[in-house]
Amino acid sequence: MNVRTLIHLLTLFSALSLLSIGGGNTVIPEMHLKAVKDYGWMSDSQFADIFAISQAAPGPSILIVTLVGYKAGLEAGWGQLSGVIGAILATLAMMIPAGILVYLVARVWENAKDSAFRHAIEKGFAPLTVGLVLASGYVMSRTADHDWRAYLLTAVCTGIFVTTKTNPLVVVAIAGVLGYMNLV
Amino acid sequence: MSEEGEKTESGKLATEGLQPEFQVSLLDLALTFNHISLASFGGGLSAWSREVIVVEKKWMSEEEFLSALTMCRILPGANQVNLAVFVGNKMRGVPGGLAAIFGLTLVPVLIVLALGYGYFTYHHLPALQNILRGAAAAAVALTLSMAIKTGGKCLKGSVPLLLFAAIFILNGLLRWHLLPCLAILAPLSLLWGWPREKKS
Repeated sequence: MNVRTLIHLLTLFSALSLLSIGGGNTVIPEMHLKAVKDYGWMSDSQFADIFAISQAAPGPSILIVTLVGYKAGLEAGWGQLSGVIGAILATLAMMIPAGILVYLVARVWENAKDSAFRHAIEKGFAPLTVGLVLASGYVMSRTADHDWRAYLLTAVCTGIFVTTKTNPLVVVAIAGVLGYMNLV
Repeated sequence: MSEEGEKTESGKLATEGLQPEFQVSLLDLALTFNHISLASFGGGLSAWSREVIVVEKKWMSEEEFLSALTMCRILPGANQVNLAVFVGNKMRGVPGGLAAIFGLTLVPVLIVLALGYGYFTYHHLPALQNILRGAAAAAVALTLSMAIKTGGKCLKGSVPLLLFAAIFILNGLLRWHLLPCLAILAPLSLLWGWPREKKS
């Protein structure tokens, strides 16, 4: 496998890891620029498609980097093996630097159990978090729901989640079946 | 049978700098985060995390979870990976953080790789797209219901309601980036949340 591709993957994603303030999706434009324009690992539409795959598949949406690494590895020679190596490298590079930072902050946080600052954050940030969660639900509904049937499904499911103790997995699975049958 | 050493002994904690409130096995951590991430097909990972960590496992209180979630959003990195590090580290220190990340990502990485293989080999995945379209509509509902449920508990009084409404409008409706929103609103929320002795 082409060593330069490995180095590019490592440097690109460990840098993006620390730049992704506000979440993984904030560095998607930069990732797109590098992967498509600078390194030529894939085409525009391929990038859009793997973005969609990684958003919808289970797990953190940042796993788009796994697919970028995979495709970069494929391009570098050796076929599937280098693809998998690229995927693993990119995924680790994206998670480790930011993970270490979170670890350091979490340590300070845990040691500050009785500080006024921590109490202020726990109390004061709660309303902000609720607002941000609602905002992301709103933004997601604009991209996930394409017509009135999807909005209706979202509304009905919301009602179920709020008023009953139904296992969410059952509801999501039924919704997936409705999608499969093209009813949504 | 959780022994609570919660508030009393602060100060220096010798070894790891952390004191687990009760012992959770690394396997349990990994399996829990694996469960969270697999359940979240279609999206809604934050809502799933809350569902499992706060409601089901009771590893964190509502407020502790919400503040951790916002800190994990502010720090660089994928929010959910950060949250896994945060929770894993709280429960079991460094090995806990690693176990949580491992559980969160291992199976999804394999799934995404399989999908990527299918995509780059066959170039389309129609049935999957249909399934995910339906699942996504329900996953959005889970996120919305999390806002409603946690909101019912946290938004008591006019100040929290105003803070909530302000960040929803700025971030959700006006699509401001997270950082400017927080630059304006975080100081105000800290001011409001600061513990006060006797002033009124």
